[in-house]
Amino acid sequence: MFTILGFPAPLLFGQLLLGVINGAFYALLSLGLAVIFGMLNIVNFAHGALFMLGAFVAWGLLEYLGIGYWWALVLAPLVVGAFGIVLEKLLISRLYKLDHLYGLLLTFGLALIIEGLARNNFGSSGMPYPIPASLQGAMNLGFMFLPVYRGWVVVAALVMCLATWVVIEKTPLGATLRAATENAKLVQAFGVNVPLMITLTYAGGVALAAFAGVLAAPIYSVNPNMGANFIIVVFAVVVIGGMGSILGSVVTGFGLGVIEGLTKVFYPQASATVIFLVMIIVLLARPAGLFGRAA
Amino acid sequence: MKLSRRTVLGAAAASALPLVPARAQKPTLKFGVLTDLSGPYQDLAGPVAVAAAQQAVEDYGVAGKGFAVEIISADHQNKPDVGAGIARQWADRDGVDVILEVANSAVGLAVAGVAKDKNKVYVNSGAATSDLTGSACNANTIHWVYDTYMLSRSTATSVVKTGGTSWFMLVADYAFGQALQRDASSFVEAAGGKVVGSVKTPFPGTTDFSSFLLQAQSSGAKVLGLCNAGADTINSIKQAKEFGITSSMQLAGLLVFLTDVHSLGLEVAQGLAITESFYWDLNDRTRAFSERFKPKAPTRRPTMVQAGVYASALHYLKTAEAMGIAEAKKDGAATVAKMKSLPTDDDCFGKGSIRADGRCIHPAYLFQVKSPKESKGPWDYYKLLATTPADEAFRPLNAGGCPLVKA
Repeated sequence: MFTILGFPAPLLFGQLLLGVINGAFYALLSLGLAVIFGMLNIVNFAHGALFMLGAFVAWGLLEYLGIGYWWALVLAPLVVGAFGIVLEKLLISRLYKLDHLYGLLLTFGLALIIEGLARNNFGSSGMPYPIPASLQGAMNLGFMFLPVYRGWVVVAALVMCLATWVVIEKTPLGATLRAATENAKLVQAFGVNVPLMITLTYAGGVALAAFAGVLAAPIYSVNPNMGANFIIVVFAVVVIGGMGSILGSVVTGFGLGVIEGLTKVFYPQASATVIFLVMIIVLLARPAGLFGRAA
Repeated sequence: MKLSRRTVLGAAAASALPLVPARAQKPTLKFGVLTDLSGPYQDLAGPVAVAAAQQAVEDYGVAGKGFAVEIISADHQNKPDVGAGIARQWADRDGVDVILEVANSAVGLAVAGVAKDKNKVYVNSGAATSDLTGSACNANTIHWVYDTYMLSRSTATSVVKTGGTSWFMLVADYAFGQALQRDASSFVEAAGGKVVGSVKTPFPGTTDFSSFLLQAQSSGAKVLGLCNAGADTINSIKQAKEFGITSSMQLAGLLVFLTDVHSLGLEVAQGLAITESFYWDLNDRTRAFSERFKPKAPTRRPTMVQAGVYASALHYLKTAEAMGIAEAKKDGAATVAKMKSLPTDDDCFGKGSIRADGRCIHPAYLFQVKSPKESKGPWDYYKLLATTPADEAFRPLNAGGCPLVKA
């Protein structure tokens, strides 16, 4: 067995792979945030709470209606997306003309309310959610034991990231959307219903969070705080990648997952901090983020 | 809801009702249940712990006696300053005589100081730290249910005896996790086992334990000791199962509650070794208590922390009646001294006693979580593996460094 920097190579490869898996979650969550910020200029602090809501909807579907994982993967984003439409129409849409800070405060308040309600109704220790039967078991990769479900998470996240990127960068719909963020008045003058597009964009971003929530349900404890644990890291990812940059959030999501995974081998105590260290360095060197355009 | 004159009058009449006994000049004992009503310990303590105090009042038959009991509760939000502030306010303004529960070691220690300053009775059920009856002990404080010493002694010793001789510790990187690691490691070694490695996981903020779990697996140890609590424990157990760790290593949870097992589900939690001092289905007395308690929490079974609130409230009532309500209200330290001199006896913990350092003594039970096949229904989760007798379960009286012991 050969070693790298005194660590057995299999252990290191294993950690790299785990980093990619965690990076998949970061990428998926920061993608939704980046879409919402890029298109709406809203710093959606409620993203973590909506991620949690996605997991709870999946749990509720199974517990009360007997609807399993695969349907939940479709239904939970729809349900949470619809909830996002209500939020946007009712509250967030009133803040577009104001400073970013107001949007941040509003969504932060919403996050606290949603999490508080969940805690009140479901308690704080969380709910069990099993791995679907078809994804149970594990593969022996020689250097590590890879649960099939984790492999699936990476694939699903990659497909979702790619699909989002294609829709926004390569389709006429995405082109209109990007034009609307550049100059809403002009696009509206062409007869495009811009407010509707913005509402649907918010719903789409939120649905991505819910999708990640369903993916996370079998791995993490389905509890009201699960989003709060992620959101800070995800914000760091978005900032490092460049606010609003879709490619940036995907690449940084995976990249930071790997960096974090390696830190867990070399100096575990720092693994929760390393992302923020990277953030500080990136902000000092490139204030707009790795992939962001300087304003 | 539309407010009609009738509902307003009705509400006014209802709110006036509790004043009636006071007008009848019955002396009133006031209980303050200070707990986590909105955070991570809400399920293992929380509102059900308040209901447990109420149950004690009913079971003691206070209604038929010459005094009344009023119970109030508050949320300490897991912040020592908030908890100590509420305790102070209860003592100064609200006339609270006894403070119960207080899960969370940091808050638990802060409240102990207040209880001493204000000379109130303080019976802690939910905090884990053994310092409450060690270096931080005082004449106003009793620690009822469990502590880090008892948990690590019972779990570590028993697991080593049954063949789990080499351990790897997964440690939440803060005071509580490190204390648990220190205690557990010393018991593993005392029992002839060996700790081959450990990893400290950042706290809070770790949701994915798979990297750490793989390190544990590659260490070749037979047992994975979980020196963490709450969501950390749940996530690490869930992921250990996912990565197949459970097939090569035995998991030993050093602080796991019944509600954690419920949240994990038996499919994932099965086989886990856990120490508790109360389990609802342990014997006829605990079952009788749990049935009586059921109307107050129909969908769940009480945890040892909630049972501790019941037992300590009951013992306090017994003591207060024996020494006279007026006497009990006057001097907290004297009441605690009397509580220590009377033997304890309740349905949850059986017969026991309270030591000079404030430690309540009763047996500790090592359980194993059942497999889904073995479980007959909801909350049927544990089977008993071993019992540590009361006199061995806790830290020896002279080893804790409690100043009260020398006196």
